[in-house]
Amino acid sequence: MKIIIIDDEPLARSIIKEYLQYQPELEIVAECNDGFEGVKAIQQFQPDLIFLDIQMPKINGFEMLELIEEPPAVIFTTAFDEYAMKAFESHAVDYLLKPFSRDRFDKAISKWSQAGKTISSKERLAPLLESVSNSPTEQHRVVVKLSGKIRIIPVEDIHYLEAADDYVKIHTKEGAFLKNKTMGHFENVLNKNQFVRTHRSYLVNITEITRIDPYEKDNHLAILKTGTRVPVSKTGYVKLKSVLGL
Amino acid sequence: MIDSVVTNGLLMGACAIISNILRYYLPYSDRFFYVLILSLIFSLLVNALSKFILNLSMTDPAYSNYIPFLANAYLIRLGFAFLMIGCMAAICVLWYTQEEEQEYRIRKTDAEKLSRDAELYKLRQQLQPHFLFNSLNSISALIITDPAQARNMIHQLSDFLRTTLRKEEEQWVKMEEELQSLELYLEIEKVRFGHRLSTSIIKDEESLQMLIPPMILQPVVENAIKFGLYDTTDAVTIYVSVLTESDSLKVIVKNPYDPETASPRHGTGFGLNSVKRRLYLLFARTDLVETSAIDKVFTTIINIPKHENYHH
Repeated sequence: MKIIIIDDEPLARSIIKEYLQYQPELEIVAECNDGFEGVKAIQQFQPDLIFLDIQMPKINGFEMLELIEEPPAVIFTTAFDEYAMKAFESHAVDYLLKPFSRDRFDKAISKWSQAGKTISSKERLAPLLESVSNSPTEQHRVVVKLSGKIRIIPVEDIHYLEAADDYVKIHTKEGAFLKNKTMGHFENVLNKNQFVRTHRSYLVNITEITRIDPYEKDNHLAILKTGTRVPVSKTGYVKLKSVLGL
Repeated sequence: MIDSVVTNGLLMGACAIISNILRYYLPYSDRFFYVLILSLIFSLLVNALSKFILNLSMTDPAYSNYIPFLANAYLIRLGFAFLMIGCMAAICVLWYTQEEEQEYRIRKTDAEKLSRDAELYKLRQQLQPHFLFNSLNSISALIITDPAQARNMIHQLSDFLRTTLRKEEEQWVKMEEELQSLELYLEIEKVRFGHRLSTSIIKDEESLQMLIPPMILQPVVENAIKFGLYDTTDAVTIYVSVLTESDSLKVIVKNPYDPETASPRHGTGFGLNSVKRRLYLLFARTDLVETSAIDKVFTTIINIPKHENYHH
């Protein structure tokens, strides 16, 4: 069984290493300082289980998980994060509160080895990640991966979002990025006074709109600063008008 | 028949009016006289009105005996009306006072809860659970790998907690003490983050003896560490300099940050806001905290005006 430890504090990693000494069938294949290293190591080693800290540099543990297509089983480790702890409780995901004892650690391991395989980790984590992406820290940025490189996009830099099959295409001044989420998710998470669902497949940052032109029957087109024309449906137009105070 | 309808109707009307008046206006002092006079006026009014209406309606000769009877009973009727209205008013006063008191009690418990929550929040801020539990976790790791260092860290942590708890009681603290507690904090953070964190503290001799408000220096450095360590993945150096100027004490804190990440744009963090607020409350000035972000370095400058309290 392959294990990866992801934590930005070396001593926090060393405690997990120490406790794992008593589990000879579990082998540590990598130790990571941050989420970037974590994503790489998970792709490279395809571990069976990861220990994941929440508060880490640049991207936190949850944001890291969002970047992984088929996440391995996860045991979260955190010192104090009320928001995350609530999310863990309500989604029955195992987590260790630092500092944790060897007993508690062993319990988490045995729980994982008994029940961990019945449902895929992806299914288990999806509701958790959905709920924590509403947390105050994640609301103002979106983490995406583009050809292996991880980008952190501030929400203000988003011009508009476009539905693209199972993905959402995030259009920014530096180009478009795909994120494995639904339009409904972004509509919920993003500030409703800034991002308006003008169309079933479009969510627009209103600060980017320069004018709104009529277009066929009841439809309109929102013209952005960049010149892009974004479709506005009949109901979308009503929403847009109310947010713009027209 | 007409008499009872008119008189009782008027009485009921008067009671309704008086209860409404009392609902919207109830003086705090001289309540008794206010209610007494109000009842008297209303009973006089009721009687005058009823007499007037009855005189008008009883033009039929069949009532010719009744009118003088009415005139004779005037005083008794007045007394009765006064009693009725007075009772009604008293009940209203009691009722409304109780309602008011209940409202006041609810408001009071709400206010108490709010201040309790604020107190708890402050305490939590001071204790910094995230810092505390992570430090304890580091100690737990060191106990096996480096017991001497573990013990050392326990001492540092206890000293730091002690100074944090003491801060509450004192109005102003010596810069020297503030810096000592800051160094303790930084030493603990260095153990936690290993080689990633280094610090440089520059101070002039004169500044050490000066008094500054507590909880000013610490939050600024915590903020710098938070942004420095969580906004980049590289090694981080935090620079702190304390300088005396002719009319103020200047604290400059520098930390690296990544302009491409969103965090710095979203305000300068809760810590800095609370520092701004504290300085505003103390000096009534909003220009004492300056921040700038140039070349991936975030700089916070705190100006603490010289104060007669500076030198004991």
